[in-house]
Amino acid sequence: MLNLFKIAIRNLLRYRRRTLMTASLIAIGVIFVLVFVAIAGSFKLMMIGQITDSMLGHLQIHRKGYVASIDNLPLNLTMKPSAYKKMVTVLESSTDVDAFSPRLKFGGMFSNFTETTNIRLNGVYPEREFRTVPLLADRIPEGKKTLERGEIIVPILLAKGLKVKTGDPVVIVATNADGSVNGKQFKVVGVLESATGPGGRDGYIHIEDAAEVLRMSEPQVSEVAVRLKKFDRLSTAASSINGKLSGEVNKEGTPIFEVHTWEQLSPFFNIARMIDVMTFFIRITLIAIVLISIMNVMIMAVYERIREIGTIAAIGTLPRRILSMFVIEGFCLGITGAVIGNLIGGAIIGIVNLVGIRFNFGQQKGLLLEASLAPGEMIAVSIIVILVAVAASLQPAFKASRMDPIEALRHV
Amino acid sequence: MSLIVAQNIQKDYQVGDVLVQALRGVTFDIAPASFVAFVGPSGSGKSTVLNLIGCLDKPSAGKLIVADTEVARLDREESASFRGSHLGFIFQDFNLMPVLTVYENIEYPLIMVQDVPAAERKDRISRLLDAVDMSGQAGKYPYQISGGQKQRVAVARALVTNPSLVLADEPTANLDSQTAYAVINLMKRMRDELNTTFIFSTHDQKIVGEAEVIYRLVDGQLENGNSPGNNTKGGTLHA
Ligand SMILES: Nc1ncnc2c1ncn2[C@@H]1O[C@H](COP(=O)(O)OP(=O)(O)O)[C@@H](O)[C@H]1O
Ligand SMILES: [Mg+2]
Repeated sequence: MLNLFKIAIRNLLRYRRRTLMTASLIAIGVIFVLVFVAIAGSFKLMMIGQITDSMLGHLQIHRKGYVASIDNLPLNLTMKPSAYKKMVTVLESSTDVDAFSPRLKFGGMFSNFTETTNIRLNGVYPEREFRTVPLLADRIPEGKKTLERGEIIVPILLAKGLKVKTGDPVVIVATNADGSVNGKQFKVVGVLESATGPGGRDGYIHIEDAAEVLRMSEPQVSEVAVRLKKFDRLSTAASSINGKLSGEVNKEGTPIFEVHTWEQLSPFFNIARMIDVMTFFIRITLIAIVLISIMNVMIMAVYERIREIGTIAAIGTLPRRILSMFVIEGFCLGITGAVIGNLIGGAIIGIVNLVGIRFNFGQQKGLLLEASLAPGEMIAVSIIVILVAVAASLQPAFKASRMDPIEALRHV
Repeated sequence: MSLIVAQNIQKDYQVGDVLVQALRGVTFDIAPASFVAFVGPSGSGKSTVLNLIGCLDKPSAGKLIVADTEVARLDREESASFRGSHLGFIFQDFNLMPVLTVYENIEYPLIMVQDVPAAERKDRISRLLDAVDMSGQAGKYPYQISGGQKQRVAVARALVTNPSLVLADEPTANLDSQTAYAVINLMKRMRDELNTTFIFSTHDQKIVGEAEVIYRLVDGQLENGNSPGNNTKGGTLHA
């Protein structure tokens, strides 16, 4: 085998410039894929992280039917206390769940005593909320990053519009489930930057204050946000939790809960999908580049060496040896391109991280792009390139192996 | 025992509507360790005969036995391994592998055609390098040596697998006459040393004289029929 490789490499070096050009073409393709995958992939993961970790959570559980009218924040679709307790048991027993946060969501009026406007509010248990959506704290540039009873964190657009600062007293007025109106005074302790996606412009108060405003004897839950230990287990975890919860049915026998992943709740999922589709097409392009360039070079190589093929065939080289001689040549070319591509691609990604490219996403400014490349990705791209290189040389190699020695020897 | 038995072999080529009869019934018999020449003008069928003996092609009719093997029965793969184990080839254009050195060219059949262990390879190659007087150029590439030297390397490559028969189709056509003599004499000396049968073709009358058995081909037939006097082994025949 070693000798077949030696012959292949010598033959490749015989047409140095052509070999170099083909290997470079493959390398450029590999670089393109790796850099794109690293940057677009990291961009995607960061965006998903921004969405899930600042507001949404990895998945959410509601009472059946809530999501259909989620924009109204309906108070008649909260979970019954007994049902909520069962759900807590399920979540606490799940090994995938890192944290979860029950929320009581409602819409109300927000007043600074001179002006009044609409507000959407989340009543939360602060520590649990901060644990479930860890980027929430980052969205509070001024003020403290905790929340006591009687305190409110207001969204920045509202604070600006109504010229409200931390320390200011404000009033929240809301209509409860029975239709009667109630109000409560709060102290502004934080101003919250917007996040992209649903719920990104909500204010926060303590869940018990929310229950008090809504005149509930004990806090009801309209939404539970769940954070998983491992994000890549999203779909398995979601279906396992869904499986356990679907056992909880009402008198009519229909499930009382609905489980949604962030993908079903955020329109950004379609953008994430677009990035995946683009990555897919860039990979296809790479395959086409490798296929065409190697096939082209190998067809030329076979054509140029017809007499040599005739010679080695005449002296008794078996057809399969001749076949492997050319396939190994394509293989070496592929591996050279892959190695060069991986080295340069890796270097470019390193430089991108060193330079530190920043970008904006929605209201979030100056996010640092951390392009990262899994070794698995490099290996996968290399394997694809090498397999395609071998596949591309098969046809010319087969042709060489089937040549009639007499005709090949007569070729000029 | 004959090494080669050819009985009334014919070879036809269909070229469009025309049937070209390259060999029209050729019969001969070659003993082991002979030094044989097929002679004749261009187009007389020399290459065709050598290709048939060399198991590169099959007769259209007749019987051809080489080293106890009816070669017409072999398929592609079997022909290749038969050539690899019993035959050596020398070509008009030397046909060395340009990417391999002199040493590696001689080594090639030992690795790619037969699986000879490294130690024995080294042994055989250095002995042949000495025999063809190319030991000093072992590391050179074909483009760095002369035509005569290339053909000496080709002789070594043909012999390195210990074949019973070496076929050389016009081995001296691209050499000046002095070098041509030297190459033919080298082949003869190798026959003397190794008892390998050599069959070569030529249209050069000066070289023919070096052969011990001479077959003259004209229009696909052996001259004077197949009279036994024309292929007396051991004697040099002149036309
Ligand atoms: N592949 C072929 N197709 C058609 N005709 C051929 C082929 N090979 C040889 N011939 C014909 O057979 C005859 C003998 O050719 P060849 O054996 O090459 O002669 P020589 O080697 O003595 O010059 C010639 O007429 C040649 O044109
Ligand atoms: Mg000829």
